[in-house]
Order: sequence, then C-alpha cells, then structure tokens
Amino acid sequence: MNGPHDMGGMQCYGPVNPEVDEPLFHGDWEKRAMAMTVAMGFTGMWNIDASRFKRESLPPVQYLASSYYQIWLAALENLMVERGMVTMGELSSGRLEVPPVATNRTVPDAAAVVAGLAKGGPTSREIGVQPKYSIGDEVRTSALHPDHHTRMPRYARGKNGRITHINGVHVYPDSNAKGEGENPQWLYTVEFAAKELFGTGSHTVRIDCFEPYLQGTEK
Amino acid sequence: MAHDHSKNGEHGEHHDDHDHSHLDEMELKVRTLESLLVEKGYVKSDALDAIVETYELHVGPRNGAQVVAKAWSDPEYLNRLRLDATAAIAELGFSGRQGEHMRVVENTPDTHNMVVCTLCSCYPWSVLGLPPVWYKSAPYRSRAVIEPEKVLAEFGVKLEEGKSIRVWDSTAEMRYLVIPERPAGTDDWSEGMLAQLVTRDSMIGTGLTLNPRDLS
Repeated sequence: MNGPHDMGGMQCYGPVNPEVDEPLFHGDWEKRAMAMTVAMGFTGMWNIDASRFKRESLPPVQYLASSYYQIWLAALENLMVERGMVTMGELSSGRLEVPPVATNRTVPDAAAVVAGLAKGGPTSREIGVQPKYSIGDEVRTSALHPDHHTRMPRYARGKNGRITHINGVHVYPDSNAKGEGENPQWLYTVEFAAKELFGTGSHTVRIDCFEPYLQGTEK
Repeated sequence: MAHDHSKNGEHGEHHDDHDHSHLDEMELKVRTLESLLVEKGYVKSDALDAIVETYELHVGPRNGAQVVAKAWSDPEYLNRLRLDATAAIAELGFSGRQGEHMRVVENTPDTHNMVVCTLCSCYPWSVLGLPPVWYKSAPYRSRAVIEPEKVLAEFGVKLEEGKSIRVWDSTAEMRYLVIPERPAGTDDWSEGMLAQLVTRDSMIGTGLTLNPRDLS
C-alpha cells in the first residue's frame, strides 16, 4: 500500500537532528508502550506483518504527527479492538465493559518473556523449490503498486538491479499480513545504482527483495 | 514524524512546554491501557518489567561493540561472521528478537556502509538494542537512500574522497551490523579496549569509531 510509512526518497522532512545524549526512553510511558507492544505479540493474536500493516494503515496525518511509540500504541489499540479484545470505551475509560477473549497463546510471565526474547522468531522456512535467480543475475523489480502490505519500497519499483545475495526462504509478508498464511518465498539482496533509482548520485542501495517482487531482464 | 523529543530543534521553549503537557497525557493514557490489559489478563506486569529491564540492562550497543572488537582481533571469528553472522554473534551470547537473521557488512578503504529501514524501524536489536528516535524518524528514513552524503554530513561524518557509499535498506527480516574500519595505532590493543572505540552510530554507519587518542 502506498502510504505515509514508505518514506524512501522523500525530500520534505528536513534535517535529521539526532538528539545529543539521547536517553533510551523519554519518560516511563515509552517503556511501558514498548513493553506492552512486545508482550501483546506473545499472545499470538496477530503476526509481525499484520502489526506492521496496522501501523502503516493509520491515517497519514496521524502517522506523520506521531512519535514512533505513539504509532506502536495506536496500532496496538486498533489490533485489539478489531479482534474484540478491548472496546473503544474501555480504552478511553480504562473500565472493563466486556469480558476478555481467549488468547491464541498463553500470556507469558516474566521468565517466559525473557526466554521468548532470547529465542526470537526466525522467519526462515524450508520449501522444496530452488531459487529462480543466482548471484550476479540482472533483475527488474515489479512496477506494481499493491494495495496491501508489501516490503517492496516505492522508490525501487520498476528498477533494474543485480542480485548480490540469496538469503534463504522466508515468510512472505505480503501474504502473512493478510492472514493468508506464510507462503514462504526466496529472499534476495538486490543492488541498485543511485542513478537508476533517482537519476543521480554515485552511491548504491541494497534492498532485500522477495522472489515475487522480481523478474529477469533480457540478456 | 513529529520531532517531539528533539532538544536541538528550531522550536525553543514554547515547544518544550507543549512537550510536557503532551508527556503527561501520554503517561496517563499508557497507565490506563496497562491497567486495562492487566485486568483483562492479556499481559502480566512483571513480564512488562522484564521486557524493559532486558533492553535497559542487557541488550544494547555494547553487545555489538564486543562483536566488532572480536572481528578486528580474531581473523577466524571474522570469517565465521562472514559465513554465518547469526551463529557467530550467538557465540558471544547475543541472539533473539530482531537479530534472528544477521549479516555483518564491513567498511573498507573503498566502501562505507550505512543501514536504514525506509519502511518502518527495522534494527538489529540483539546487538544494538532499541533504535534511537532519529533512526525511526522521517528525515533519516526518507533521505538515507537518496542523499546519504548529506545525511552523513549532518552526523559530522565526511568520508575520504573516492570512497563509495553503500546503503542497506532493511526491507525484510535480514538485520545489518556495520563493522567499522579498525583505527590505526591499535595493533596491541585488547578486545576490551578496542570495544570502547566502537560507538553505536559507527555500527549503523552514521558515525565513525572514536579516535584512539581520545581514550588514552
């Protein structure tokens, strides 16, 4: 989906302005917002691609006017409301209106959460299909603008590049975000010249592209 | 996105006042949400404490600095990093969330690497911890891919003439750790001392290592 999150190549946001001696959290609310977002992921009520899509789907003005933890919180609330876990009324009053729903996975305690963070959630999968492309192959990215979650950034669509790495098979976010299953796909790193992407520049950009994002080019 | 944390922005005191009321509002909102989720049995408060503690105390850029220092000191380790960075980093005890599929990218006299996530905030948590605000902000995400030299200049980094820039956009679940160039004059340094030269930003590619003279 062409949304406000797909920022690569925009020129309207001003200087980077890194904060000097930035603290890890700005206030307690950021700690709790981060922790709640991570902890709620353990309930198995959505996958990481669905939560990314929910963040991207916030109204553009809200997305751009929010700090990143505000984006996380707003998307978390929307995910929970959508699944009937909480109501809008509960979110504003903090008072219980409807009973809790059963979660897909057990709600973790401190020990389980620490173990889960250390383990992570690898997205690599096995499929019985060989990769279509090899390292060094010239490829062209899809020029499609899908209306759903995708990890093919807008600035690199319909562009020519060269495969530099084959990164194994991974869960395909475009399918997984929609709840249509993991549909694992080969994942490549593709190098593009800045000139190809932006018409100017001497640097290169490398992007991780799933096989359906690519097509071969004429030799 | 809003620069509500920027202390060196162009807004001055009025903006800071606004930030305070805004902060209070967020504190209240998040406290309300936490008590609701705890009451509904969706989260446990001690689990939330444990998550915060993990990233405050255990998982942060000092992990990555150890990886870099070892890569500089031990050619066999560097080789293992090149072949399977996830496994080699796990040898030092660093693994897990947002570090499941690691790749190290090495700065050389010819090439400077820089990492961004234009689509969201993908960042190698297992070795660098949680990302800083600027990494998740619109200016960095938008401009790193189109004008990396100018972005580097805003971080005070000026590369030598002729060095090419390679930007890695973390669009999938691969996570990138930059191995900066080892500073000259550190041949007899221990891994522990070397690690002190390795800044967070040098492992994102928006900074360089510290000057060895600054340490001694």
